[in-house]
Amino acid sequence: MRVSLNGKSINTLCKFAFELKGESDLVILNGYQLTKDTALKEDDTVCVIKKDVMPNRDELESMMASRHTPKVHEKVKSAKVAIAGLGGLGSHIAVALARLGVGELLLVDYDIVEPSNLNRQSYCISHLGMKKTDALKRQLVDINCFISVKTVDAYITEKNVSDLFNGYNIVCEALDNPETKAMLVSKLLSNFADVKVIAASGLAGFGSSNDIKTKINFGRLYTCGDKTSAAVVGQGLMSPRVQICAGHQANMALRLILGLGEV
Amino acid sequence: MIVNGKEIILQKEISLKVFLEKKGYDLARIAVEKNGIIVEKNSFETEKLCCSDKIEIVSFVGGG
Repeated sequence: MRVSLNGKSINTLCKFAFELKGESDLVILNGYQLTKDTALKEDDTVCVIKKDVMPNRDELESMMASRHTPKVHEKVKSAKVAIAGLGGLGSHIAVALARLGVGELLLVDYDIVEPSNLNRQSYCISHLGMKKTDALKRQLVDINCFISVKTVDAYITEKNVSDLFNGYNIVCEALDNPETKAMLVSKLLSNFADVKVIAASGLAGFGSSNDIKTKINFGRLYTCGDKTSAAVVGQGLMSPRVQICAGHQANMALRLILGLGEV
Repeated sequence: MIVNGKEIILQKEISLKVFLEKKGYDLARIAVEKNGIIVEKNSFETEKLCCSDKIEIVSFVGGG
């Protein structure tokens, strides 16, 4: 039968997955790491991994995607997502989408990593003083060298929205300022008939995780958050809820890539 | 007129801007759709509302 083994299509006489194991430590079948031997079927995807060996580049990509649900990798690899703002939301959305293997990411931010970012944003002390675009790109390339990461070091205004995001049908709004959020969302939806926008509103503080939800408006605006918890004097922004909200946004991006428009 | 899924009685034709202000919205922090078309902030004043309109308003709070 024909199966995919570490990214290559092979013809095999093997009937069970462990027969392909050789000296490897792990056998991953269709996204699941096997604990007991399992019969193979036509078109199965198998990855075998030896933990202490650096794989060659050909095999690495299939190994990295081996825990994905089958057929997800092919779809995310040909997808493009833009991320507006690389703070607590945008940096974590970008990391999640890079781990997914989204083929092209556009990262837009004007800012520089400073110490107050580190309580919630995906940056390290070694990134202090760097442009967020550069610091994040460095991380993403380290996480997944098989994706294309484009960066634009710019402040988003009414005037540059169309130029910045032209060609991206999924845009994650991950800005801080509510006026800029409203402007960006309105401009994108108004200027691009096919764009789907995944925005955030209400993620400050330490209220219940379960209050953060993804909702749909206007047919193509997804808003993640609890809608009310604003960053204000006396209410900070902290890693857990920021990451939960970023997780909502990244998962909605994945769902859209997979053709699932429901929240 | 339908606003965010709820029916509202509109006594007379008014501008979108006046309606939103009366309802207490912060005009700079919302995205608005009228009859399936996005209305940008600079058109709030010229956009008139009538009883057959369907309006959807999404508000944003800060933090990211």
